[in-house]
Amino acid sequence: MNNSAPAFAAGYINNDGPKLITERFQFEDSFTLERFLNTGGYDGLRKALEKKPSEVHDEVREAVLLGRGGAGFPAGVKWGFCPEGVWPRYLVVNGDESEPGTYKDRLLMERDPHQLIEGCLIACYALGLSQCFLYVRGEMALAQERIANALNEAYEAGYVGRNILGQDFSVDIVLHWGAGAYIVGEETALIESLEGNRGMPRLKPPYFPAAIGLYGQPTIVNNVETLSNIPWIIDNGASAYKEMGSETSPGTRLFAISGHVNRPGVYEVEQGVTTFRDLFYGENFCQGIRNGNELKMFIPGGGSAPWFFEEHLDLPLEARPVGDAGSMLGSGAIVVMDETTDAVKACLRVVRFFARESCGKCSPCREGTTWEEKILRRIYEGDGRPSDIELLLDIGDNISPGPYPVAAFSDQNLEAVPFPPRQTTICPLGPSSVAPITSAIRRFRAEFETLITQRDSIPVSAAPIEVEQ
Amino acid sequence: MAYFTEENLRRAHEIIDRYPRAKSAVIPLLHLAQEQNGWITNEAMTHIAELTGVTSAEVLGTGSFYEMFKFHPVGKYLINVCTNISCQLLGGEELLHHAESTLGITDGETTEDGLFTLEDVECIAACTEAPCFTVNYRYFHRADENTFDEVVAELRSGRSPLDKGKQGDSGDIPLHGTLSRIQQHIPQDRKAGIIPPEDSKTAPVWMKKNAEEAKS
Repeated sequence: MNNSAPAFAAGYINNDGPKLITERFQFEDSFTLERFLNTGGYDGLRKALEKKPSEVHDEVREAVLLGRGGAGFPAGVKWGFCPEGVWPRYLVVNGDESEPGTYKDRLLMERDPHQLIEGCLIACYALGLSQCFLYVRGEMALAQERIANALNEAYEAGYVGRNILGQDFSVDIVLHWGAGAYIVGEETALIESLEGNRGMPRLKPPYFPAAIGLYGQPTIVNNVETLSNIPWIIDNGASAYKEMGSETSPGTRLFAISGHVNRPGVYEVEQGVTTFRDLFYGENFCQGIRNGNELKMFIPGGGSAPWFFEEHLDLPLEARPVGDAGSMLGSGAIVVMDETTDAVKACLRVVRFFARESCGKCSPCREGTTWEEKILRRIYEGDGRPSDIELLLDIGDNISPGPYPVAAFSDQNLEAVPFPPRQTTICPLGPSSVAPITSAIRRFRAEFETLITQRDSIPVSAAPIEVEQ
Repeated sequence: MAYFTEENLRRAHEIIDRYPRAKSAVIPLLHLAQEQNGWITNEAMTHIAELTGVTSAEVLGTGSFYEMFKFHPVGKYLINVCTNISCQLLGGEELLHHAESTLGITDGETTEDGLFTLEDVECIAACTEAPCFTVNYRYFHRADENTFDEVVAELRSGRSPLDKGKQGDSGDIPLHGTLSRIQQHIPQDRKAGIIPPEDSKTAPVWMKKNAEEAKS
């Protein structure tokens, strides 16, 4: 069996499971209004408009739809944080997918832009949001194209804009696009960017832009995948949604499994009932590690997530047990590394990412990530010092104090347990750089030590200079 | 000071009109300027400042934060090779080295003929399709050295290599600066209208439904 990805939906693999948001990916013209309408498109919106806005909100709250951007906060609860009587309110769609390993929002935007638009409209209707800004990552040219085209079609056909479907419901959806900055995926940085500023996160509190967001007004910021689930939930009901997945993580999720597996791809997976082992070794999923190699480690939720190992393979794909085990499902990005992987090199590469993408606002992150990269590089290049391992851990402790990872608000029983981590910074970017370092050092300390002792026996910087006679 | 062409000025006003605050248009207008010229000049920033009611220093302040904006000339084709973790595991760094030796330039440099600029880029969301690279932000998935050589050869000979991308994207690759080949256009008679924060202190009309049916 080799039902690999069709060329028009690169990466997506149909695994015979329930399909809530990837049903249309089988069609080459899935992004057109015509195909969308022929496959139940805008039915969810029609059903929503027959209800009271508050009933639509209740339905989403009832569904326990967890946010798919990284933090895993329930969307229906987040929607409830808008202060009473403060108008106008805005919707901002976070399509700035750039967490290392993450590839799902781009697919949803390229392959089914109308589904996302429908989700936006239902959210606007439910909460009385006056205008929607769809922020697409700058580098995603095709996604911008497909969304622009979809919006033009939808405006023309009366699904977006003034008096949608002939009713007293008018919302503009504006396509906005970024210009290359990972940090803009942080919701307050996204708002800063949308206001025309440098994309630097805002000081908290308020913790949610639902209180004070775009132009100082209540603003709901939702991830692309989160909103793409809304049409199905409204069309089929929260109870049908909760029949899939587990009690605390209902429904399905998109997981991108990359790295050393035989069949890397983007899979729509029922949460809770599937384990990492199923995903890596299952015939319906990745079909094992390449060349029959042993698994060395895997990142369960994007570059920011602490690493997992063989003993974690039987954990279900569900926010709470993964959180309890000390990591997170984050943005559904799983990176599998086999026994041939150099742990120090992999750690350096992930940390380099955070060092490059630090916005520079908070010193512990700006200086800390930069030094982490420099120290890791000198270890990797055989120039490390015996004190470097402790130094790395100490820098990490300055960014995220205490044993890592520890949830900042462990008393609040958030869905994804170690997130956000305890931090000396405004946003979780800096603390994220600590994840690969603590993971790698705790598990593969010997690899670091070997590189450092090699340095002691062959001191690179002190090598005799050969002078030609 | 006029920088934008007549057509682009029309597009600039159309973009500004979509936002409650003109400053929100700064990033889209910087893209528009880059589309017109391939990179962003001081004149462009001055014009954007005039159009959005901010200072040109603020435009530079915003623009210089973002990697995609180039404040110096770059090649017609910007090649971004991903070396982040998923690509690194499957040969992204080797692909970058191949690109460097083939083009004779390193990260950030432009070939002498002004055709190619090469960058070592962070994760571009194609992780299951590693290793990958983009040309003017058009994707080439599961690429190897052969793919890279073929793409460069096609571009040199003036043909579009987009069918080698394994993505379902087609047509020509626009020159550096142009992202989407389709623009959003909101017809005047379909526009709901923007609602600036200061203009509205009441709930949108459809929210009345909540109260109305509660009475019955």
